[in-house]
Order: sequence, then structure tokens, then C-alpha cells
Amino acid sequence: MTTTQGLGELTAAERFRSRPLTRLQRIQRLLHKHPEISPLVVLVIASFAFQLASDRFLTASNMSLILQQVSIIGALAVGQTLVILTAGIDLSVGALMIFVSMVMGSLAGNVGLPGALALLVGFAIGMLAGLINGVLVAVVRLPPFITTLGTLSVFTALALLMSHGTSIQGDDLGSVLTFTSVPVAIGPFQLTVGVILMIAMYLALGYCLNWTSWGRHVYAVGSDEDASRLAGVRTRRVLLSVYVAAGLLVALSAWVLIGRNNAATTSAAVDANLDSITAVVIGGTSLFGGRGRLTGTFIGALTVGVFRNGLSLARVDVLYQTLAIGILIIAAVALDQWIRRTGAQR
Amino acid sequence: MSATTTATTTATPVLSARGLVKTYGPVVAIDGIDVDLYPGEVLAVIGDNGAGKSTLIKCLTGAEIPDVGTIEVDGERQDFRTPQDAREAGIETVYQTLSLAPHLDIAANLFLGRELRRPGPLGGVLRMLDRTAMRRQAEEKVSALGIRTIQDISQIVETLSGGQRQAVAIARAVAFGSRIIVLDEPTAALGVRETAQVLEVVEGLRERGMSVVLISHNMPNVFQVADRILIQRLGRVAGVVTPKTHTAAEAVAIMTGAASLGEE
Repeated sequence: MTTTQGLGELTAAERFRSRPLTRLQRIQRLLHKHPEISPLVVLVIASFAFQLASDRFLTASNMSLILQQVSIIGALAVGQTLVILTAGIDLSVGALMIFVSMVMGSLAGNVGLPGALALLVGFAIGMLAGLINGVLVAVVRLPPFITTLGTLSVFTALALLMSHGTSIQGDDLGSVLTFTSVPVAIGPFQLTVGVILMIAMYLALGYCLNWTSWGRHVYAVGSDEDASRLAGVRTRRVLLSVYVAAGLLVALSAWVLIGRNNAATTSAAVDANLDSITAVVIGGTSLFGGRGRLTGTFIGALTVGVFRNGLSLARVDVLYQTLAIGILIIAAVALDQWIRRTGAQR
Repeated sequence: MSATTTATTTATPVLSARGLVKTYGPVVAIDGIDVDLYPGEVLAVIGDNGAGKSTLIKCLTGAEIPDVGTIEVDGERQDFRTPQDAREAGIETVYQTLSLAPHLDIAANLFLGRELRRPGPLGGVLRMLDRTAMRRQAEEKVSALGIRTIQDISQIVETLSGGQRQAVAIARAVAFGSRIIVLDEPTAALGVRETAQVLEVVEGLRERGMSVVLISHNMPNVFQVADRILIQRLGRVAGVVTPKTHTAAEAVAIMTGAASLGEE
């Protein structure tokens, strides 16, 4: 970094600050600019390792299977990324997804509403729930952690109260709600509509985050809320819109969930909530807000899927899979802390 | 103001506040303050800690709503409720905290809250940002201000030094054609050389006919660039002096209550 030229000698501190970067610092800076690189490296290395352990790993059919397996978590992690970018966290996404899937399922299966209408009501419920979270966070100014811890219990209870613990099977749901289970063949890959929907969610939100002023404002609010407000960003409106959008994304995930299980049930995807946070964190998005990419989250979700799938192909106990994921999370957050220090240093 | 006489010395103030009062519960922050800011002048506001400088500035820039009092811009009554209101009326503020988003780059920060969109359906329907135009304009605006400390417009603000951040904040305030700039302690965190650069920028603003309100603790700085100096004491105006009529020592005496401004 060259400082002010033409104003005489550099001071000792300025000479120190303009010393050449070491290789490690250069890596640190690169990762600071592109937080999705580190999970990508982990994903590539892990894929090679699992291919060595089992030659069935890198086949088209297994990769299709991984994509189908991660579709729920991957979809849920889209909304989670959005919330975490604003320096928040949403503990209620998993519970809300199950609640919305039960609303859709009950309306179509028990009440007999047309599938499309049940789907739209589900989306509306998702957005309404997001609005409640958003009002509590942005207007009442409760910490997101506490807010969503509360709504987590509320949504779980509502889902159980509504369904009395029973499931609605795919045959009763109709073709619209189970549309996400329809297979789609792309070359040698056997995907489902649910997988395509998940990828579409990434592309759509990715566009909004990177190419619209709303996306800029999301990053700005996560970076420094007070500064953004003084700079003329309507921070309260941004936060509200983030939680409503996250609610809609969760409702879309509920649709993916119904297709994947071919049923609406309260016993599905109970770990989904924490897994979505795992995907975001492994993907290099900072829990402190303002930094991270949706590409990273997609890679993070894939990494979780690859670890689970690869370890089970290599016949490793399920408990060791969970252990490996845990170590990945800690490594990812430690890396994030290290990267964040570049900003403070210079 | 109605007294629009022809003489330049008694020109209409661009910004005029009358009888501003702001209390926080039992604490009286400012207690009936009148301020006039004329076109093309640098008005410094000085005062001890707790004299109400920050509160006055917040009221003038929409960050706080005064309990009592009126604010006029170009003779037009304004009721600022948010910083955006003040901004729309032509008052730009550089806060002491700078209000930059540390994770965004310089260009993104310059255009924060007023991003440019692509022309045609890409911008209209898809609301697509025009990144290249923003980057180009940011470069033009920064170099037009003669800020030499910023070289790479795509640098993340987090990686900039204090002086560079100050330069970005000032560039943002003046880049969008407003006529009144409020600078809150712009040199407090800076070294001698960086301070000199900021003062140079302030003098440049005056040459372009802008009006500047400068809040500072630093008497040499104030006496170097200010045309008039408003001295605040215990929430009231203790006096308005000029660098020609008073010395820094006299100003400090008025500020601390050791002397009072008898004449005028």
C-alpha cells in the first residue's frame, strides 16, 4: 500500500505499514475478498478423498443422490444466509418449514382445497411468520436469537396442534404439492423438480443480493446498522423485508420438503434448522454480518451432503459423520475469525 | 428571511435556525440557540464537552428532532424527521463515526442509499445496479476533490486508514451537489498531514461556493479555515467571533466562561 506521495518522508509507522505482504497475508486478503474459496477447497479435497475410499462416489447417480439429499437443507439455507448477512440468526426456519408444510398438507389433504391454493396459503403463512419475526427484531428491537428461539417453539407447537401428530400421505396431497418430487433428467443426472427449485432459489436471491440496491443495503445493514441508517439506508424497512423474504424462502423449502418425503409430517427434518446454519457457516458467511456469499452457502450445503454421503459409502458409522460435521463448523468459524483480523490490521 | 437586501454582506442565510431547544428527560442539551449560515462561508462551532455541539448538529441535520424552534433552508421552513429529509433539503453531514459500511468498497459506500440503476428494462424491471457507472463516477468525484490518499476505488473500507475513511466520508457528502456540508470533528482522529489534507478539502468546498459547518476541538484548525466562529457554552450561544477580531485564547476564554462577549 503506497501512502500519500509528494508530502515528504514517510514516518516509521508508515514505512512499517507499507512493508511488503507475506504470502500468508496475501492468502488472508484473498479469502477476505472471496469467502467462498475456503469451503470450495474443502469440498474438492473431500470429494477426491471419498472417491479414493469408494469408486462409486464420483458417479453421476451418486452425485444426483447427493443433490437430492441436500435439497431441503440447501433450500432452507438460502433464507438463513439472508438473515445471517444482516448480523442476525434465524433459529425458527426449521420449525416454520414444518409448520408451513403441515398447513399446505392439511388444507389439501384434509380440507380438500385445490393444491395450488393450499400452496399459495402456505406461502402467505410463511411471509406472515417472517413478518412477525421481522417486527420483533426491527421494530420491538429484540435480539434475533431470542426472537427466533421464541418463534421456534411457537411454530413447532402450532404444527403439532394443527396436525395432532398425524401425517398426510402423498396420495392425498395432490399433484401440485408433490410436484417437487417429479424426476427431471439432465444428461446423466437424475434430479427432481425440488432440486431445480432449490437451485432457482439460489440464483434468484443471488441476483437480488449482488445486483440490486436492496442487496447492497442488506450487506450494509449487516456491516454497520447505525452507519447505514445515517448514510440514508432505511434500515428498519430493509430488516423487515429480509425476514419476510426469508419466510417466503422457508415456505418454498416446505414445498421441497413435501416432495422429498412424499408426505407432510411433523417428524421430518427435525435437525434441518441447525443444519441450515451449518451450511451457511461452512460456506464462509460471517455470523457477525455483512460478509458472505450465497455461492458459499451452496458449497457449504454440498459439503455437508458430501461428508454424510461419502462417509456412509466408506461405511463409516453415522456418529462419526456428525463428529466430522462438528469439526468442520469449528474450523470454518475459526477461519472466519482469522480472516476478519485483516480488516483490523490495515 | 424577509430582509433580502442587495449588499453581499447581508445576504440571505442558506441555513437559519431560531430558538432551538432539545432536552433529554431532565437534561437540557441546548437551550434556545440561533444559528445563521451564509453562502460560501465556513462557520465553526466550538464549545466545551457538554456544551451541546453534537445536539445542535443533530437537530440541524435531522438526526434529532428539536423540542422547540424552527429551521429554514433558503428561507423555507423545514421539519426534518430523518437524516434523509435534511439530505433532500441539501444538507449533507459527515458524522464523527463516519457512517461508512466497513464491508463494502469505496464506490459502494459513496453511492449507499442512492445507487444508480441500469437504463432500460434491466434497471426498470429487474432493478439491476449499474456498477460500472457508479465506479466511474466515484473515481471522477474522488479525483475532482483532489483527494490523493485514495487510489483504488474498489478497496474495501475496512482496509482503509482513518484519514482515508474521512476522505471517503467527505467525498460522499459533497459528491451529490448539496450546498451545505456539516463536518463533525473531521480531524479528531487524524495525524498532522492527514489533517492538513482535510482542511485543504474544506477550503476547496468554500471556493466552490458551498457552506460548511465545522465542529472541532482543535483551535488552530478552526482559526485557520473558519470565517466565523460560533461559541457554545452550557447549551446557549456565548458569542459569534471571527478569526480577525479575536485570538484563539480569547475564544477559549469565552468558551469556558472566563470572559464574556460584551460588545456586539
